[in-house]
Amino acid sequence: MIRTAWLVARKDLRIEVRSRVLLWQVLPFGALALLLCGLALGPADAGHSRAAPGLFYLVTLFVTLLMIIRSQAVEQTAGTAESVATLGLDAAGVFIGKSVALTIELWVSSLLLLGGTVVVLHTSLIGTIHALPSVLVTLGAMACAGTLYGALTAGGEGPATLLPILALPAFAPLLVAGERSFSAALHGGALWEWWVIDLVALTGYVAIGVLLYGVLEE
Amino acid sequence: MQRLLGPLTLVSLAATFVLGLWVTPKATMHDGGGDLVRMLYVHPALAWVALYVSFGTTTIASALYLWKRTRSNTMDRVAYCAMEVSVLFIALTLITGSIWGRPTWGVWWAWDARLTSTAILLVLALGYLALRRANDDPETRARRSAVYGILVALNVPIIHFAVTWWKSLHQNATVLTVSGKVSVHGSMLWTLLVSFIAFTLWYFWLLRARYRLEVRSDEATRAQLASAVLERQREGA
Repeated sequence: MIRTAWLVARKDLRIEVRSRVLLWQVLPFGALALLLCGLALGPADAGHSRAAPGLFYLVTLFVTLLMIIRSQAVEQTAGTAESVATLGLDAAGVFIGKSVALTIELWVSSLLLLGGTVVVLHTSLIGTIHALPSVLVTLGAMACAGTLYGALTAGGEGPATLLPILALPAFAPLLVAGERSFSAALHGGALWEWWVIDLVALTGYVAIGVLLYGVLEE
Repeated sequence: MQRLLGPLTLVSLAATFVLGLWVTPKATMHDGGGDLVRMLYVHPALAWVALYVSFGTTTIASALYLWKRTRSNTMDRVAYCAMEVSVLFIALTLITGSIWGRPTWGVWWAWDARLTSTAILLVLALGYLALRRANDDPETRARRSAVYGILVALNVPIIHFAVTWWKSLHQNATVLTVSGKVSVHGSMLWTLLVSFIAFTLWYFWLLRARYRLEVRSDEATRAQLASAVLERQREGA
């Protein structure tokens, strides 16, 4: 399972590095969305808004949806499903591999977006650095959930429109937990209880993915 | 027993309304609410069916579909029909909660943990129906729906414990408590129990009707397909 996960994660990351979709399409979109959030708040509020953590996660959510669709599109190319079936790859390993690759891609995106939050929305640099571990855990949970929901919608009619309907409600608790822990890192408050939600969700999605991803690939 | 389901539902619903409207007392001035307390015999029972009975049915049927030994079209149909009826009950839960909330809290909607998580559950249930319509192949549709049916169930414990975990306007559990202590008494408790039975029976009545409709719809699709194939064969001959 670990070997399959390693192979799949490397394959997905290599495709991303070569195609540079993340670099030239997704990240500019994220930066633009963050800038628009600042414009929506207006010059008076953008500088000292308590909404900054929420806006960061909102933009991250858009980026995540794009990356999930991208991650599943890679699997839909002609012959990929047949190759996976012929090679007899462990489905749990494929799930973990895809989740790890998506997590790494989201971590890279989040670093840029956090930098953008500091610059555009004027969040404190130290507070943002304190929030980093919780952001990484939240994005890990979102990547695992996203891999599952991406597989659910792949190949059907209109995956790009169906995915948000299915995934957004599932992401909601993660986004709330992430936003609260980011706010706590910036303005003070209890962090651990929001961490627990993220960790429980991460564990739950990994367990469900390992058990059920094979059913979706049958 | 199946024939009795309809009459039993009607009788128990009628008993709930008679007991709830005329037998049980109003809330005292000290408790507040007056006649508003009668919502107690509608809203919690709807929520019980929406969150536990209906989602429980979908989750169990989905799990049984995914288990190869019990995999059958029946399980897929039960899960689907239960989810469709769930949408109705969750919507009614939110509507009655909103009607109860307006005079109590002063607003139709509050960004409260339980309300928000229940609204999310409604969207999840609608997502299930959207997912079914996005896949034409019956086997793929059934498999994906079953996995989603299990994923959706993860939200139910969050809703149940939302009032305990977070500060909430919504009152804490009065019947399904962790300690087992019930904080409703006398005729109110009996009426509440009758309402739970009545709405549960109503749910199973609707589920049965929807299931039969789904079976007939599948039969009609199969008949149409067979007739189209036959027509093609005749054209070929």
